[in-house]
Amino acid sequence: MRYSGFKVLVQGLTGNRGWAPVWRTPDPRPAYDIVIIGGGGHGLSTAFYLAKTHGLRNIAVLEKGYLGGGNIGRNTTIVRADYSLPGNSEFYSHSLKLWEGLERELNFNVMHSQRGVIRLFHSDGQRDHYVFAGNAIANRGDGAELLDQDGLRRLVPYLDYDNARFPILGGLLHRRGGTARHDAVAWGYARGADGLGVDLVQNCEVTGIDIRNGAVTGVQTGRGPIRARKVAIVVAGRSSQVAAMAGLRLPIESHVLQAFVTEGLKPVVNHVISFGMGHFYISQSDKGGLVFGGDLDFYASYAQRGNLARQEQVMEAAMTLMPMIGKARVLRSWGGIMDMTPDGSPIIDKTPVDGLFLNAGWCYGGFKAVPASGEAFAHLIATGRPHPVARRFRLDRFRSGHLIDEEGAGSQHNLH
Amino acid sequence: MRIKCPLCGERDLREFTYRGAALPRPAPDAPDEAWDAYLHLRDNPAGPTRDLWHHRAGCSAWLVVRRDTATHEIFGVELATRSRAVRA
Repeated sequence: MRYSGFKVLVQGLTGNRGWAPVWRTPDPRPAYDIVIIGGGGHGLSTAFYLAKTHGLRNIAVLEKGYLGGGNIGRNTTIVRADYSLPGNSEFYSHSLKLWEGLERELNFNVMHSQRGVIRLFHSDGQRDHYVFAGNAIANRGDGAELLDQDGLRRLVPYLDYDNARFPILGGLLHRRGGTARHDAVAWGYARGADGLGVDLVQNCEVTGIDIRNGAVTGVQTGRGPIRARKVAIVVAGRSSQVAAMAGLRLPIESHVLQAFVTEGLKPVVNHVISFGMGHFYISQSDKGGLVFGGDLDFYASYAQRGNLARQEQVMEAAMTLMPMIGKARVLRSWGGIMDMTPDGSPIIDKTPVDGLFLNAGWCYGGFKAVPASGEAFAHLIATGRPHPVARRFRLDRFRSGHLIDEEGAGSQHNLH
Repeated sequence: MRIKCPLCGERDLREFTYRGAALPRPAPDAPDEAWDAYLHLRDNPAGPTRDLWHHRAGCSAWLVVRRDTATHEIFGVELATRSRAVRA
């Protein structure tokens, strides 16, 4: 069913009785051309572009829980293309272009809102760095403006500009950045892939990967064996476990990233704002909750819940940046498991096993990448060649020294 | 999470800095593969693991902590200098 304003109106006037389920719930068939392990944002977008761009049909997405139940439903929904280094820069720039056409492409409202992302600076040195970063963004055509304190005050008057420890001198405004409704992105891609004939199989955990003579032949699942000519691993958060089924040891360590949301408030934070001293970022959801987060907990964890020490640090950063936030009450907090690579950038590549492909290592930046990640991974799976915007996301770059270390922090998992 | 430093006793997590998995260091002339594995590749278990922590705001000792990454339970802590985990 194609969605439109007219359909919403007609359904609204007739008791909403005419809506059909958005996707089928098929049982897995014994064999597919391509099996995608992982029904999150990246897996679903990969399936969609394999079907849409490459015309492939005999595809299954295997999800151990429910579609979109992992990190796509647990993030802070920020979409931006403000990276500086070759590798990341062209990739996220491409992703932002896909975001801008996504709702039309999917015929689905993902509530993409280009409300602007502002990174604050608090010292002369940091301003110089943002001049560099802003030029890199502007040179790619993604738009960046350096705001002085007066310009920033006009946009966001409620910050603590004169904080004794961390005065706010200005900010770098990336107007095309913003937010999107995270669940809707998964649902939109799922609906699109299903409509093109992809089988989305839920409650189907992969328990083994079959390899014969160095080539993949299929997977073992909780619902029986499934043969496949190509298998794609897209399970950020559990990449090490699934890759281990194929005998691979990945350059990934899993860390918890926490996020927080307050009770619903009237519109007050109109942008995405990130504090430049101590990692902290905040936006307001369309339901009115202030959504914010900070750094990783900084030790390997799969607990999906965070530590109080980090919660305290995040709250302190919030109060330092905008003291008015002290009047809001935190509704809940949660943790997601991040695939941390040694350089903070992702992996989209073949593996040493023929026919086995890997999409992993999204660190804490996977949400905004969902469209380009799916498109690039689909391109790799379908053609055997890396997509031009993702060719640097190689699995062997740590050994060869071709790091994409955006923060210049060094080649260590917990530094990013 | 609280970590029991063998020298200082049980202390708050905020006194410690995490370094990464506790692995034996390759010989200086070991091949590339060994160094790549040591620096980058990880078992990354969802369960019991051993990792290196620095008691930064305490006695400054390096510790090997045995703990569970899924529950945050800590099974044992020993000084890295006395640990077999980091010895080749």
